[in-house]
Amino acid sequence: MSNVFAIAHKEIRSYFASPVAYVVIGLFALLFGYFYVAILTWFVQQSMQASMGMGGGALSLNQQFVRPLLMNATVVLLFVMPMITMRTYAEEKRSGTMELLLTSPLTDLQIILGKFLGALTLYSSMLAVTLIYVGVLFVFGNPEWKPIVTAYLGLLLFGGAFISVGMLISSFTRNQIVAGMITFGVFLLLWVIDWLGNFAGPAAEPIINYLSITQHFDDFAKGVIDTKHLIYYVSFITFGLFLTAKSVDSERWRG
Amino acid sequence: MIEVQHLTKRYGRVTAVDDVTFRVERGEILGFLGPNGAGKTTTMRVITGYMPPTEGRVIVAGFDVFDQPIEAKRRTGYLPETPPLYPDMTVREYLTFVARIKGVPAAERKARVEQVMKRVWVTDMASRHCGKLSKGYRQRVGLAQAVLHNPDVLVLDEPTAGLDPKQIIETRQLIKELAGDHTIILSTHILPEVSQTCQRVVIINRGRVVAVDTPENLTHRLRGAETMYVLVEAPVDATPALQAVAGVTRVTVADRHDRAIGYEVQGVRDADIRRELARTVVAQQWGLLELRPLRMSLEEVFLQVTTEELTEKADQAPEADV
Repeated sequence: MSNVFAIAHKEIRSYFASPVAYVVIGLFALLFGYFYVAILTWFVQQSMQASMGMGGGALSLNQQFVRPLLMNATVVLLFVMPMITMRTYAEEKRSGTMELLLTSPLTDLQIILGKFLGALTLYSSMLAVTLIYVGVLFVFGNPEWKPIVTAYLGLLLFGGAFISVGMLISSFTRNQIVAGMITFGVFLLLWVIDWLGNFAGPAAEPIINYLSITQHFDDFAKGVIDTKHLIYYVSFITFGLFLTAKSVDSERWRG
Repeated sequence: MIEVQHLTKRYGRVTAVDDVTFRVERGEILGFLGPNGAGKTTTMRVITGYMPPTEGRVIVAGFDVFDQPIEAKRRTGYLPETPPLYPDMTVREYLTFVARIKGVPAAERKARVEQVMKRVWVTDMASRHCGKLSKGYRQRVGLAQAVLHNPDVLVLDEPTAGLDPKQIIETRQLIKELAGDHTIILSTHILPEVSQTCQRVVIINRGRVVAVDTPENLTHRLRGAETMYVLVEAPVDATPALQAVAGVTRVTVADRHDRAIGYEVQGVRDADIRRELARTVVAQQWGLLELRPLRMSLEEVFLQVTTEELTEKADQAPEADV
């Protein structure tokens, strides 16, 4: 376990020693802020109308504000996450430090978990910054905290799934840009796969919808922790890391 | 300490290393010599556990690198061809990280890093980023990284490549100092390096071991027909007289001086013709200014050994011109 932390610590260090961490956190915070303002403006307008008796009942801060806000935040992740994961293996292979890691008394699993943990920590600090915006809501309004907690748990799992795929793709190449582009493409595909679901017919529809990475996030954003979705993300992550381990191992044999 | 048994490594259909067997005793420095692409790096990568062998086994400090990789790696230090440095870490941070993953206990880590930095003379660069170091310092930090956990076995892939002459001498000195506590394999294609630092040499060509011996024996054994250099001060051409000496097969003029002429005299294999040559020159009342064997340099040995395979093939060809 100590080895896992050693690798994780090294990963976090190199994220913050390079501009990567700052760009990623800054970009995410900026776009999150933009969505925040835009959706809040819309929300205020709607609730004014509602209070003047033109709409239905009172609007829920959680359902009509926090939920669409976080759904939009996941779109930003689509662009930001490849920046976090593209270097994980590609850079080690390019600079030859892979030789150091693979000839040290470490198991492949320790290296993979360390890298995963490092990327997850950077991702968590990205999310932590957005908590400031959410905190403001508590000062001026009274949202329920429980759905917000589940939504962030959902975001964390969602990001974890992205990281595991990103690492897998990064382990295929020694070129960061190639890794980043492919990761983006794969993420996008996982994103829009449920569009197909609507036309796929009764047999394929549930399968395609199940594969969609966003569908599983929706319940978390609503404040529901369903084991079905929990299992989806956890198995997604496990499978991604397992394939990464296989990819690293096969590269060894092929040389 | 290191046992390589029938090691074969294939990349797809290409055989990089073919049935290589050798062993290195405790405390020994073994030179691993071969032209580029001979399979040196591949062999070293298998020894260090970076990649598994296709066939055969490697035992390091009593542990099979394939079956007990963690135990074997704990006892191995490896300096790859390009030092594996993280450019955005300082030297001290980097070495501390390496100490951690190599399993140096937390309590000893700090002292150990400082000690090793002193040993390879990088203390003055301790807070410099690895990416900003010169080639010589990178190589030294790479060496520091390899010895950090005080391994039994050190595997150094071309440790002096790309260094300036002063650094090369320093690095060789350092390697010799390390030899007492560690068993060392170092690869190189620079021949003087082998004769200066190594006790034993393995010459590898096209993935096969072509010779294993001490540098002295190799030069001796492969010398074959012995050639003498004789510098004679004589009024006439000494060639016929020298040619008449028993055991001499060929005499050629090597160089001409003011009053003396240097001859290269080739004798038959395993015959010492020095005594007879001297007697002949003195009997003619000529002045014998110099008489010495022309030793084949390791360079020539190397070329001879690595091209032997080619000539053998040519010999076997039915229409070969012999």
